Amino acid sequence: MSTLQLVQQSLRNDHRMRWWEPLIWVLAFASPLLLPSHALLVSEIAITALFAMSLDLILGYTGIVSLGHAAFFGMGAYAAALFAKLVMPDPITGLIFATILATGFGAICSLTIMRGTDLTRLMVTLGVGLICLEIANKLDWLTGGADGLQGVIMAPVLGRFEFGLDGKAAAWYALSVALVFFLIMRRWVHSPYGGSLELLRDNRLRASAVGVNVHQRLAVSYTLAAGVAGAAGAVLAQTTGFASLDLFAIDRSADLMLMLVIGGTGWLWGGIAGAIVFKLMHAVISGITPQYWTFWIGLFLVVLVLVGRDTLLKPQSWFGRSQS
Amino acid sequence: MLTILFDGIAYGMLLFILAVGLAITMGLMNFINLAHGAFAMVGGYLTVILMQRMGVPFLWCLPLAFLGTAALGGLLEVTLYRRMYAKPHLDQVLFSIGLTFMAVASADYFMGSTQQIIQLPDSLKGRTEWFDGALGMGHYRLFIIAICAALTVALQLVLSKTRFGSRLRAAVDDQRVAAGLGINVNIVFLLTFAVGSGLAGLGGALGAEVLGLEPSFPFKFMVYFLIVVAVGGTSSITGPLLAALLLGVADVAGKYYMPKMGAFTVYALMIGLLLWRPQGLFSRGGKS
Repeated sequence: MSTLQLVQQSLRNDHRMRWWEPLIWVLAFASPLLLPSHALLVSEIAITALFAMSLDLILGYTGIVSLGHAAFFGMGAYAAALFAKLVMPDPITGLIFATILATGFGAICSLTIMRGTDLTRLMVTLGVGLICLEIANKLDWLTGGADGLQGVIMAPVLGRFEFGLDGKAAAWYALSVALVFFLIMRRWVHSPYGGSLELLRDNRLRASAVGVNVHQRLAVSYTLAAGVAGAAGAVLAQTTGFASLDLFAIDRSADLMLMLVIGGTGWLWGGIAGAIVFKLMHAVISGITPQYWTFWIGLFLVVLVLVGRDTLLKPQSWFGRSQS
Repeated sequence: MLTILFDGIAYGMLLFILAVGLAITMGLMNFINLAHGAFAMVGGYLTVILMQRMGVPFLWCLPLAFLGTAALGGLLEVTLYRRMYAKPHLDQVLFSIGLTFMAVASADYFMGSTQQIIQLPDSLKGRTEWFDGALGMGHYRLFIIAICAALTVALQLVLSKTRFGSRLRAAVDDQRVAAGLGINVNIVFLLTFAVGSGLAGLGGALGAEVLGLEPSFPFKFMVYFLIVVAVGGTSSITGPLLAALLLGVADVAGKYYMPKMGAFTVYALMIGLLLWRPQGLFSRGGKS
């Protein structure tokens, strides 16, 4: 086989759908029926997983440490809620509108992450998030300020499935949106273009030396990630009928980073796994100590980093060789 | 007008004392320590405990807050922080956010979530008006400026004139060569980290009355410390000092003249400055 064929073969191997991947999605879609009382949790997990995957596009694939990813999430949520309230209540149109808006905002913000060190990027992304929070807070005639945006009434999805109190329609809606974006992102990161993003993360200097346009690729992936985060926010606002200021909060971005690290960065399933584990952990711990659950999350983070992210999450390495 | 400038300078000085430790840690060890605000909170709560439960006078609390926080900082450096220096930035961010989460929850658990109030001694409570009230100076704010200015001068002298300062600067510039010359880099880093944390604790104690002390303190002010460091650059202490003064004046003036804008001014200013000079306003440039 020629080298070209070998390269194509290896790219294809990465891309191939594993047998368990459709299985998990089938299980996910069946879960609102199997556990009807937890349908709300299912839709929450689906939304969070989508959000975590979008952060993975920039953190895991291009290596940008961002503390302000919630800005796009909140923006999508407010855009969808306001669209439903002021223009038309159809969820799909609102979702598309919010995604486009967040994508555009991401394209503008991608200009801010090109220069400087990790610290500069951390600060700039954080600053963008805080500015969005301030804007949403001060434009209270439009967004409801600190009280949140209430009274969002959605039309049934596709004119048929109404968001009921049992949350089943909401769960399926959130899962469908997550699945669509998952397939798009999966296709994207396994394309040769996506492969070049990992090159940026591992060695930016070398990437530019072999002729990869670093800035353009950073901008494109940041923009895409912003769009997906906006879609996640839009789904949250549509299914809960509510948008509030804490969508923009720093803790949300920090939690998100934690999820991604739990699940593993640099592969899309990491975001999904992390979101599931984190949400279940949250549900269990806050059931025991509602006020102090952040302590245990903090302890978990410290231990995780001290032991090493790779070691803790791969139990098979616990009993092998000790650290080199 | 002058009063705003004065208040802004006092606020900026306070921010500088709070953030200088962070500037040194970041410049020195290239370590992103988001838990710095937690040390400031510890200093503040130490003062509250000492004053309310043991009746120690306020002025004695300040050195005690410094020593207590410095001891805690040193302990954490030896046990935890030292292992994090070589890790990637993402790990450092996660680690220090985790520490902050723990500190916030613990403060909430032990001290309650209400805002703590510090009773200032009568000698610091008054207010002096000059120029027919054009310049009103609170005595406590004067006191803050005096202490912070003295500390700044002392820090600058220690860094530039003493043997310890030159060792520290050598370790900053090239850790391996410094170690090769027989400088015990670990001890230098330990002392620096302890002093930096102690200064944060002192700042927390001084600022408890001005900034308000409650469990969410580390998250609320972390952003401000990071702004000071990111804008000021980490290569000297004059950079963070000027950045802190700028931030203090801009924040107070912004809140006074444009209350509708809130903290917007400060964040917009920061992003603008960072886009213009990504390495910080006063950096030597080039180092990344």
